[in-house]
Amino acid sequence: MTDSVKFDNELPAKRESRVKRFFKVLALMRESPVGMIGLLIILFWVVMAILAPFLPLYDPNAIMAPFQKIGAHAPDGGTFWLGTDHKGRDILSRIIWGAQKVLVWATFATFVAYVVGMMMGVLAGYKGGWADEIVSFIANIFLSFPFIILCIIIVATLGASGWTVVVAVTFASAPQIMRIVRGLVLDLKTRDYIFAAQTRGETPWYIMLVELLPNARGPLIVDACLRLGYTVVAIATLGFLGLGLPPPDPDWGLMLKEAVPLGAFAGHTMYLPAAALASLILGFNLLADGLREISLRD
Amino acid sequence: MIVLAAKRLVAMLLIMLVVSFILFSLFEADKMAVAGKVLGPYSSVEQREIWLSQNGYNEPFFTRYTQWIGGALHGNFGDSLQYKVPVSELLTDRLKNTGILALVFFLIMIPLSLTLGVLAGMKEGSWMDRVISVFSVLTTSIPEFVTATFLTGLFVYTWHLLPGTSSMTGGFSWKEMILPVAVLVIYDFGYVTRMTRASMAEVMTSQYIRTAVLKGLPYKRVIMRHALRNALIAPFTVIVLQLNWLLSGLVVVEVFFAYKGFGYLLVDAALFGDIYVIEACVMVAVFVAVFSQFISDIGYTLLNPRIRFS
Repeated sequence: MTDSVKFDNELPAKRESRVKRFFKVLALMRESPVGMIGLLIILFWVVMAILAPFLPLYDPNAIMAPFQKIGAHAPDGGTFWLGTDHKGRDILSRIIWGAQKVLVWATFATFVAYVVGMMMGVLAGYKGGWADEIVSFIANIFLSFPFIILCIIIVATLGASGWTVVVAVTFASAPQIMRIVRGLVLDLKTRDYIFAAQTRGETPWYIMLVELLPNARGPLIVDACLRLGYTVVAIATLGFLGLGLPPPDPDWGLMLKEAVPLGAFAGHTMYLPAAALASLILGFNLLADGLREISLRD
Repeated sequence: MIVLAAKRLVAMLLIMLVVSFILFSLFEADKMAVAGKVLGPYSSVEQREIWLSQNGYNEPFFTRYTQWIGGALHGNFGDSLQYKVPVSELLTDRLKNTGILALVFFLIMIPLSLTLGVLAGMKEGSWMDRVISVFSVLTTSIPEFVTATFLTGLFVYTWHLLPGTSSMTGGFSWKEMILPVAVLVIYDFGYVTRMTRASMAEVMTSQYIRTAVLKGLPYKRVIMRHALRNALIAPFTVIVLQLNWLLSGLVVVEVFFAYKGFGYLLVDAALFGDIYVIEACVMVAVFVAVFSQFISDIGYTLLNPRIRFS
């Protein structure tokens, strides 16, 4: 009798620390070579982006000697490792600073889209009824726009800037996130712990934010990774169309736009940003494929 | 079936109406700004006032909105600020060009991706499946303008085989169509291929295929007669939904190759601030997107009688 009694001061088995769990996920990643390659590519660019201010680079906007070849000597005795563009700016520096710019804005925009999308989704899924009808209708309206066209309208109304890109990505992505979250919540809300919370008299907002959302995170992480890749593409595409982050700061899409017409006699100015962009996006796609593979297995 | 179609049609019209309202309030709610756009930045306030009253902009908001909608329904979107011609004239011309591009694209993409998808899905895990799957993932992950950059570099700058722009100034030319179509096909075929592959692989595991194989039918006949029919239902909807996807792709490709189509017009208008052209283009784009959704829903129910939406 006595040995079955549990005392309050007896703690349950301690949860593994966050760091430990992170490494566990990493070990899981090793099982998917495709995902691992993707992760390595992304990590490479993330490290580059973080190190950008500390690397011995030329100022990305400094105008020096135009159309220098790869490895040419700079007038001040240094080397243009990847040559210079049509305005005489160091391409290596512009690519690395461009990586920082695109990663920071893409992460921020995806984050904002997620906050909005999750709020809409959890509201529609948990409340149901009219709230669901209204939120779903709004989402359907924005989903009926082709992605780039929605971005173009928003940029045409608000003018081109980083913040506009964030707004555009939010409008375009939040409805899709909302649909995913809504589906997950519809399934989760029939679970016992939700009834328990309702019986305890918790407020709907508490249930939505504390009980429902954390339990929906699994599929959302895979989606977030894929969506981050889409956002990078979107920012680069807007940059290429001349509607993205304003010059002169380096932006891969804009670099391509400026370099392509001059590709005949300075091929490297267009191949290098194109390759950088392709590798980063490929990295996100491979990582998302790997994550999906792993999440489907167990 | 008819009830479903009617329901979808009503939903479609409702969405179009809301979209038109959003567009109108975004671009024309502030009438002083409209006058400024039309008359140019150096026009005086008096000039703008006169223009506004002459063109009926002093009516209440909803009257103006209904007038605008009425005009739009008759194809009258006003005059382009940049080209000084009626938007409808400009738009039909550009839509025709985009239509040609899209048609050539579909004529190449559909047979190609269906064949590849069926070949890959016939035997899951075979080397052919692996090669096709990896290739389709790779090509789809690279954005159109990056593919376009590499293709332009090779075919235009290095080998001097093809023209680098497709503005068709000297009349229609197939040579100028090759690169834009190639970029679109490379970017888009992967998705349809993967859908076809998944659907084909699923069909190949079904009972009736096993029966057909066991009763000794030639493999070719099993594939052509038994598997294909059922495997091609899912790709159908995907192909129709591609239209929506294609619109975004078209914008980028048309800008890249300076192809005088609908997407080029839209970006050009957005950069210039040509509000009437933007409004018209977006209405057309949303109509195509919503209508293709509608067609794909209806087509899916017709092709697969087991599915009944109520």
